[in-house]
Amino acid sequence: MNMMKNFVGWIDDRFPLTKVWNEHLAQYYAPKNFNFWYFFGSLALLVLVNQILTGVWLAMSYKPDAELAFGSVEYIMRDVDWGWLIRYMHSTGASAFFIVIYLHMFRGLMYGSYRKPRELLWIIGVIIYLAMMATAFFGYLLPWGQMSYWGAQVIVNLFSAVPVIGPDLGVWVRGDYVISDVTLNRFYALHFLLPFILAALVFVHIVALHKVGSNNPDGIEIKKNKDANGIPKDGIPFHPYYTVHDTLAVAGFLFLFAAAIFYAPEMGGYFLEHPNFEPANPLKTPLHIAPVWYFTPFYAILRAVPSMMGSAFPGVVAMFASILIMFFLPWLDRSPVKSIRYKGMLFKVMLFLFAFDFILLGFLGTQPTTDLYKLMAQIGTFYYFAFFLLMPIYTKLDKTKPVPERVTK
Amino acid sequence: MSAEGVDLKKRRTLTLATSAVGAVGAGYVIYPFLAAWAPSEKAKAAGAPVEADISKLEPGQLMSVKWRGKPVWIVCRTEQNLKDLPTLDDRLLDPDSNDTGQQPSYCKNPTRSIKEKYLVAVGICTHLGCSPTYRPEVAPTDFDANWKGGFYCPCHGSRFDLAARVFSGVPAPKNLEIPPYQYLSDTTILIGADGGAA
Repeated sequence: MNMMKNFVGWIDDRFPLTKVWNEHLAQYYAPKNFNFWYFFGSLALLVLVNQILTGVWLAMSYKPDAELAFGSVEYIMRDVDWGWLIRYMHSTGASAFFIVIYLHMFRGLMYGSYRKPRELLWIIGVIIYLAMMATAFFGYLLPWGQMSYWGAQVIVNLFSAVPVIGPDLGVWVRGDYVISDVTLNRFYALHFLLPFILAALVFVHIVALHKVGSNNPDGIEIKKNKDANGIPKDGIPFHPYYTVHDTLAVAGFLFLFAAAIFYAPEMGGYFLEHPNFEPANPLKTPLHIAPVWYFTPFYAILRAVPSMMGSAFPGVVAMFASILIMFFLPWLDRSPVKSIRYKGMLFKVMLFLFAFDFILLGFLGTQPTTDLYKLMAQIGTFYYFAFFLLMPIYTKLDKTKPVPERVTK
Repeated sequence: MSAEGVDLKKRRTLTLATSAVGAVGAGYVIYPFLAAWAPSEKAKAAGAPVEADISKLEPGQLMSVKWRGKPVWIVCRTEQNLKDLPTLDDRLLDPDSNDTGQQPSYCKNPTRSIKEKYLVAVGICTHLGCSPTYRPEVAPTDFDANWKGGFYCPCHGSRFDLAARVFSGVPAPKNLEIPPYQYLSDTTILIGADGGAA
């Protein structure tokens, strides 16, 4: 024991080990009233580790070459020992990552976790989300199936729709006039790079969180009520309380994750799309193409906006705006309270409809366009933006309830 | 260390000048990294013209050839198709091919071709780059009750007629591109070069 203490002391003189441990775990006081919705932050971290680990292993057998890529994925699936498991962990992990992050973001919306003093924490989170989408997009080209190819073709052409510089920009991103071997090779490099940037951003996200302290389902600042030792009365140390608590969530999550990996890795064409089992063919577009489910709400917005003045740019603007508008959320909410528990019916209805709208747009994005679906997507797009842009008005009109001094159960 | 006798103004000027030179240097270093993403010489060379033999193309048939990695369609239009084309003008966005960027000048005509019978067009939708599906049937379809044959893009529902002209009210903003081409003989087309005819 003494030797251990000496060893830690030796390190502490050279690296702030004990200090970091205490600041971020043993003496980081988190509100004691965390509920189910507070599991998804640590689960996201778990999935990120899963993606990096399985991704590096896949990279050991994968070949980023237009001639070999498709075959090398099949080689991983059939000939590499346990290759199928590692690949399904990676492909299912991608979808799991987005499920967990969407729930994590919805938690933020419900409990006002983006409000002062957590504006920057939220903004860093949105940047992480953008980095995730970029990583997922680059990764989706790698199997070099039909959907990989045509999906990338459509998304890169979004850049080509930018007026004036667009066509050159598209060529620059692809490194060729069409998606080709060059594009595949560079997307592979970027797909390998981005997760490490993502990990760095997550680090920054956690530093920002520990500076301002965690929000909670009551939206109360626990730092306002401290005991004689300066410890928040409603706070408990993250370790061991929440480390153990989160272990339960990990166990529950792994049940579902393993069930998907072993019994439904394709998830009926949602996690792995059927046309992607056919090698990329630049001369033939699959009859119906759609991005993977986690991009479809934004894809539906893209399709909902018609071309104007000989340019597809307005749809592209709407799609990017639908993501970038999230950056402004902290300043759009003018309610005197943070949490949905003390907000009025108006906000509750708006938020519920928003969640429904997001799922509806997600569904529409997976379907071929018909006149009815197009109209629905247009209404859905309108509501999506109304939720954000009208927020300063309806959060002010809303009848809020008084917020208690201390956290409740 | 004492700050006595230090000319702070001079120090600031020198620091600024050094930073400015450094920033210019950094700018120069960034350039190769950005330029390395442009198409390589190899990719540029792959844009050479290709020949297509159309001797076996029957009326109503479509053949695809690969030019610059893109599909180029050659369609042999039927008499009926040619009769139907002018009737569609009201439903099209740019029936007279006024967008000069979408075809060589010698194809700015009602059929957008050199020889009426054969359509040559780049089979890449002007919306987001999918390759539309050839739907030659002159019959009502699930997307158009008055369909006279043409192309339907599965990605976002854009429609084009058999002169590769875009319909109004679809996502695609422009007619399909007609590549530069020329007839080497009655049955051979060279795609990608027109001998300076444009």
